[in-house]
Amino acid sequence: MKSEPQVINNEHDKLPAALAPELDIVLRVNGHDRTITVRPWVTLLDALRGRLDLTGTKKGCDHGQCGACTVLVNGKRINSCLTLAVMQTGNDITTIEGIAQDGMHPMQQAFIDHDAFQCGYCTPGQICSAIGMLNEGHAHTRGDVQELMSGNLCRCGAYTNIVDAIMEVKEAQGNE
Amino acid sequence: MQQKYIGKAISRVDGPAKVTGTAKYAAEYNVPDLHYGYVVNSTIANGEIEKINLTKAAMVDGVVKIYTHENRPSTAWLSLNYADMDAPPGKPFVPMHNNKVVYNGQPIAMVVAKSFEVARYAASLITVEYKADKSDTDLVANLQNARDPKKGLASFLKPPPPKPKGNAAKAYEAAPLKAGGSFYHGVEHHNPMEPFATTVVYEDKDKLKIYDKTQGSVNTQMYVANVFGLKFKDVRVLSPFVGGAFGSGLRPQYQLFLSVMAALDMQCNVRLTLNRHQMFTFGHRPATLQNTFYGADADGKLQSIQHESVAETSTYEDYTEIVVNWANMIYPSPNVNLQYKLAPLNMASPMDMRAPGGATGMHPVEITIDELAHQAGMDPVEFRLLNYTDEDETTGKPYSSKELKECFKQAAEKFGWAKRNPQPRSMRRGHKLVGWGMATGIWEAMQVPTRAEAILTADGKLTVRSATADFGTGTYTVMAQIAADAMGMSLDNVTFELGDSDMPFAPISGGSFTAASCGTAVQAACLGLKKKLLKKAQSTNAEYKSVNLDDIAFVDGQLQPTNSAVKPIAYTDLAAASKNKQIASKNMGWPQMMKQRKYTRAAHSAIFAEVEVDEDFGVVKVTRLVSAIAAGKILNPKTARSQILGGMVWGISKALREESVMDHRIGRFMNTNLGEYHTPVNADIHQLDVIFVEEDDQIVNDLGIKGIGEIGLVGVPPAIANAIFHATGKRVRNLPIKLNDLM
Ligand code: FES
Ligand code: FES
Repeated sequence: MKSEPQVINNEHDKLPAALAPELDIVLRVNGHDRTITVRPWVTLLDALRGRLDLTGTKKGCDHGQCGACTVLVNGKRINSCLTLAVMQTGNDITTIEGIAQDGMHPMQQAFIDHDAFQCGYCTPGQICSAIGMLNEGHAHTRGDVQELMSGNLCRCGAYTNIVDAIMEVKEAQGNE
Repeated sequence: MQQKYIGKAISRVDGPAKVTGTAKYAAEYNVPDLHYGYVVNSTIANGEIEKINLTKAAMVDGVVKIYTHENRPSTAWLSLNYADMDAPPGKPFVPMHNNKVVYNGQPIAMVVAKSFEVARYAASLITVEYKADKSDTDLVANLQNARDPKKGLASFLKPPPPKPKGNAAKAYEAAPLKAGGSFYHGVEHHNPMEPFATTVVYEDKDKLKIYDKTQGSVNTQMYVANVFGLKFKDVRVLSPFVGGAFGSGLRPQYQLFLSVMAALDMQCNVRLTLNRHQMFTFGHRPATLQNTFYGADADGKLQSIQHESVAETSTYEDYTEIVVNWANMIYPSPNVNLQYKLAPLNMASPMDMRAPGGATGMHPVEITIDELAHQAGMDPVEFRLLNYTDEDETTGKPYSSKELKECFKQAAEKFGWAKRNPQPRSMRRGHKLVGWGMATGIWEAMQVPTRAEAILTADGKLTVRSATADFGTGTYTVMAQIAADAMGMSLDNVTFELGDSDMPFAPISGGSFTAASCGTAVQAACLGLKKKLLKKAQSTNAEYKSVNLDDIAFVDGQLQPTNSAVKPIAYTDLAAASKNKQIASKNMGWPQMMKQRKYTRAAHSAIFAEVEVDEDFGVVKVTRLVSAIAAGKILNPKTARSQILGGMVWGISKALREESVMDHRIGRFMNTNLGEYHTPVNADIHQLDVIFVEEDDQIVNDLGIKGIGEIGLVGVPPAIANAIFHATGKRVRNLPIKLNDLM
């Protein structure tokens, strides 16, 4: 039931470009190879949420401004809204659903213990970002953590609790 | 009653779902054959649509239908049908009703396609021709249109200012100490992290299941049923998780209307998600201009309070807040004149945004008081103690409880206030000026009728449910605590469910009234359940025939009669002996009106702030905040502390960051993204301390709950502004305070 064209305006009557064809791609997500059919314009974020039903990764802005969509690619944190799914074949993608191994990941438990969230919408991104940040190895002090976690907005304002949670995990790691 | 869980710092029961990504929000139900909507918004603020060019959009492969005002299915005729629980007096906005444009960003077309990307792309191909009229969006330039607000249902929870008292103008003239000025803040947008979204599941003809982002599933249900002429029972609304709302979810937003309209028309499942830019195309905290003229006698006693406010509203509704009343609720004065007016502009209707009116009105109050204290040469805390009251002068009623003095004391101690040099510009750290300031906060403790159901099953589990909401507020957790204690059960065996319009009625969740309202309902349902348990015991066990409810302790999952001759019975045995192996009770939690009406009920706070100001660059760093809160019973210090911390972050944001910047030539917001609409990031937030001051209040409700959602924010911006004055000697009255105000 396609709408009948209602108004023809000369300036606008050029045909839209034909859409790029759909492609079958394989994404390695949380240790599993998953085949999906997407057009090249599909972001990794939308592929995860819409095509793979991994809705733990959140969309807060779709513009690289909030960090809610943070996932780990080969252990590095990235904004999944700023990359296309077709660019991520051959990489190891970890989402919040794949963070936990036998029980909860220490970062997840620390977030619960320190009440490092309220609505929970920024939380998967914060957790992935925190794990990615510790992997980077540049956070030495509380101030470093605050600075390096500043790409992840939390409108509920859980920042101090988030830093407490990360510091606890960081210190436990350091003592291992 | 057992008090094993109430008052304990228990981790959020919904925590595991939130940290593992299994908590599902409105846009995350991937139902089969889903169609995706994408909205086109107007780019003028006032005028008419002449043409909408859909040709190119309609040609895109995968586009199924495009809706505009010209072809959209008709909906209810009466304006009344569009009035939701939080609708102010006026005519609610109806999306795509006709070709009229009443605000910039108004939804004017929607593409529905088989994929999100196609819908978005096609929407970008739609062009619109307008006949634009002059638009007025600048409050300050339209003060001549200010008038009294229309009265309506909303006036019940938001009373207008009281009548003037004495002769405030004369007393002000005569007062040896005078302070005041003009205070302006522009529009702010809620910007919860989760964008508004609705997923509509078309179950059958005229039968829908709707996942909506809302602070009230029943509100959404009622709106959809009324607007689309459906039966209530055929509209089920679910919102188990809400990614922040802060008031924006108190009214149905246009994505709900449009997605339901498309689903019913196309008879398929539809999802419509707003993008971040579109999160600036509906309600907001209204721009407000306030003037204060306060006068005190030579000893510092207030003699005159004059406080006037003009706030923006839309051309179609009169949105109001309590802005000016606070001045005389918290400070006594023989002469008072409070005025509150609205100026309609070509903008979307404003909406409640965290501590609506309170955060707005208390800012000038607390800065003007700080100025007076400074003039009187008194410490700001001393000055407030001199002008302290246990009575709300706007109503003449005493406060049901008010531990504000204790808040001052505990917060000052923790902060180290005694070491303050009162002289502005007297404290430095390196090349930075250091300032210490303080302020008071207040928010009314409200309660509304709410229902809940308690169901005990033979496996020893208790499920309690109510159609209320948890958008980060901790409702899941604290209601489970209340139920576990009420029934004398272990928290592990208790689950609280919410966010489903099929559950017992709950109104919208906001204004800090949910814990008190739903908590009372949970208690009522548990009491009902106890009565039924006893009745069952009496029908199965002769010994219980003469035992009264008052003679039984409900502990350890058992009825334990005080008369030791009567044997205890386990709940599980009674449930097992019942129909469906369960016993349930549904009850209403009523506010105790007779007790409440003789008092003003409010939460109070004292906030102490330390700032560092770099004078060369005007940069302000809030290095420390201490907030002492007196808000009745704190059900869970862990989740409550988070609520207050969130409020403090909002306070820093309001003081120094947030502002939706309008280009008044075209009446459009210019910074509609999270990069340019500044809210604090992690590195902006430093030491925050929260103190809960004990307060026992049996008048507010049995549980003594006042509510804490708003009080954490109120008073924080003026405390920061007062600290900036102390640091720099500069009194900045507008919000947010910017670099150039201090350079
Ligand atoms: S959704 Fe990717 S950064 Fe906001
Ligand atoms: S927990 Fe709500 S946005 Fe961070």
